[in-house]
Amino acid sequence: MTTSHFVASLADSTTRLRRNKDAGFLIVLWTSLLLAIITLATLVINTLISGVGSLSPDFLTWFPSPFPEDSGIQSALFGSLWVTLTSGVVSLILALGTAIYLEEFTNPNSRLQRFITTNIQTLAGVPSIVYGILGLAFVVRGPLGWGFTVGSAAATLTMMVLPLMIVATREALKAVPSSLREGSYALGATRWQTVYRQVLPAARPGIATGSILGVSRALGESAPLILLGALAYVSYNPTGFDSDFTVLPLLIFKWSTEVQEEFRGLAAAAIIVLLLLLFAMNLVAIIIRDRSRIRW
Amino acid sequence: MTTLMSSIPTDLRPSGHIQRQRRIERFVVAILMVIASSGVIITTGIVFSLVQPTYRFFTERAISGYGNEEFVGVEESAESGVRDSSELGFADESQIQYAEPVTLGEFFGSTAWYPQYGDGDFGVWPLLVGTFLIMLTASLIAVPAGVGIAFFLSQYAGQRARRILKPVLEVLAGVPTVVFGFFALFFVGPNIAKNIWPFNEVGIYSGLSAGITVGLMILPMMATLADDAISAVPNSLVEGAFALGATKREVCTGVILPAGLSGIMAAIIIALSRAIGETTIVLLAAGSQAVWTFNLGKEMQTMASYIGFAGIGDQPVDSKGYQTIFAVGLLLFIITFGLNMMSRKVVKRFREVYE
Repeated sequence: MTTSHFVASLADSTTRLRRNKDAGFLIVLWTSLLLAIITLATLVINTLISGVGSLSPDFLTWFPSPFPEDSGIQSALFGSLWVTLTSGVVSLILALGTAIYLEEFTNPNSRLQRFITTNIQTLAGVPSIVYGILGLAFVVRGPLGWGFTVGSAAATLTMMVLPLMIVATREALKAVPSSLREGSYALGATRWQTVYRQVLPAARPGIATGSILGVSRALGESAPLILLGALAYVSYNPTGFDSDFTVLPLLIFKWSTEVQEEFRGLAAAAIIVLLLLLFAMNLVAIIIRDRSRIRW
Repeated sequence: MTTLMSSIPTDLRPSGHIQRQRRIERFVVAILMVIASSGVIITTGIVFSLVQPTYRFFTERAISGYGNEEFVGVEESAESGVRDSSELGFADESQIQYAEPVTLGEFFGSTAWYPQYGDGDFGVWPLLVGTFLIMLTASLIAVPAGVGIAFFLSQYAGQRARRILKPVLEVLAGVPTVVFGFFALFFVGPNIAKNIWPFNEVGIYSGLSAGITVGLMILPMMATLADDAISAVPNSLVEGAFALGATKREVCTGVILPAGLSGIMAAIIIALSRAIGETTIVLLAAGSQAVWTFNLGKEMQTMASYIGFAGIGDQPVDSKGYQTIFAVGLLLFIITFGLNMMSRKVVKRFREVYE
């Protein structure tokens, strides 16, 4: 009688203990979740509060200057446009070529493919500042000697986003079902004809979203460009690959380090513009992804 | 070959069209092969650009001054590729002052890092300790929270919660580091780091605010990678545990965590290597002094932020100060490369094989 009573109460208490532990665990999970959400919210609100006051049409059309009251971001906007577009186009071509070669023209278990794959994984793990060193040693000075120009920045960012783009485009090609290829071969098409007329059109949405993400990475990147000496108030737009330049992230960096309080508002306003640009690009990527959801 | 060709009936021989197609095919493959080698070329370039100046840093002496003047004019001459001191146009060669090569013993044995002042001190330990401390702070935030988010996504979140949470993580992951740097300098520093550090008065710049912010920056990546690792755990294990009466918590900590541990470990290592390589946040939030300290409440520099800092300053090319960029960069490259190799090994070695 008493024993069974004891066992029952024991079972009861372990159940209670388990329930309490479960509740505690859920609280921990919610905390980690809230950390991410609160971070994002605080970051956005804090930037909006400091930056909205400095936003105006003049802010977009004026040039950076040492005087906060008549500073704007025009040359940085154009600089970012030049550098990002160039590196986006070049890295897309290189990434697409690499991905097609690896996915469609080599054996997955061949030594060559394993070697190149490992190499790309390694590159993807290299800190961005190291790409800055590479750009400094090889492009700005050294063999190419392009100096601190739009071309150097674009080349450096191209090398930096290339591994990401390759991974994204490979995923896009992998997602195309092999039945499509086999059907094409069965009709007598060669490999390249199959790739060009069947696989690439089918993979286009995946390639587009992947490259937009790569380009947005290039748009927001600052570390390697710090080494490329673009930390000056450039008061003219780039006219070619050999022009001096500045880009939005670097202008934000520069303004954040200024002593005068007024520059903080400018930095925040520039952040708002940068985030809006990135947000728009991501929106485009999401729309493409949703529109073209093909079920194979 | 010709006899073989002629023995085939004419209408079965490869026509001109097909031969042209074959030529195109060969041409395309050749071009693709050249493009595919670009990654290898970049890797080679990185290694070369780091190793060569580092070698000279440790073996050659550099011009540091002329007469009583600190030497500052190398910039232009080095841009045009002048190496030999006689081409620099000094009147009197005996007046040239040289900085002796830095020894490996000094680099790894000294705790003073003042490359810009006088003859310079080149002990890399302050940078290593700064890197380690900031990485540690970041991982204390990102690892538990990231794994927690991954658990929530995989076991607790319904379709709707996932649809809200995934974009939040994606947006957070897409925020540029310079924006996080601004956030660290003007929000995390004054509002958080100042209030939670018990040991000393925290100034504008501190390793703490940089570390916290780097942790928040790598959080979405940590969560996504851990989520991937968790979803690789076979469903049969999870359902088996539920069938035995386990609660969701017990499934998470008792089944998913051990079964997905190799993947989670790999995710942690990758996140850490990201934290180690972070430049802009640390450069903005942790100051520009490589202080020899273990106190997170003080200014500090990491390897990456030192490289950025040295890149901003106008350092004469080929001076010892300029060469430190490459020496520290090589060290950073080796460390992150090692970590990435390790994460791949961990996945291979400790993967539990089911079925």
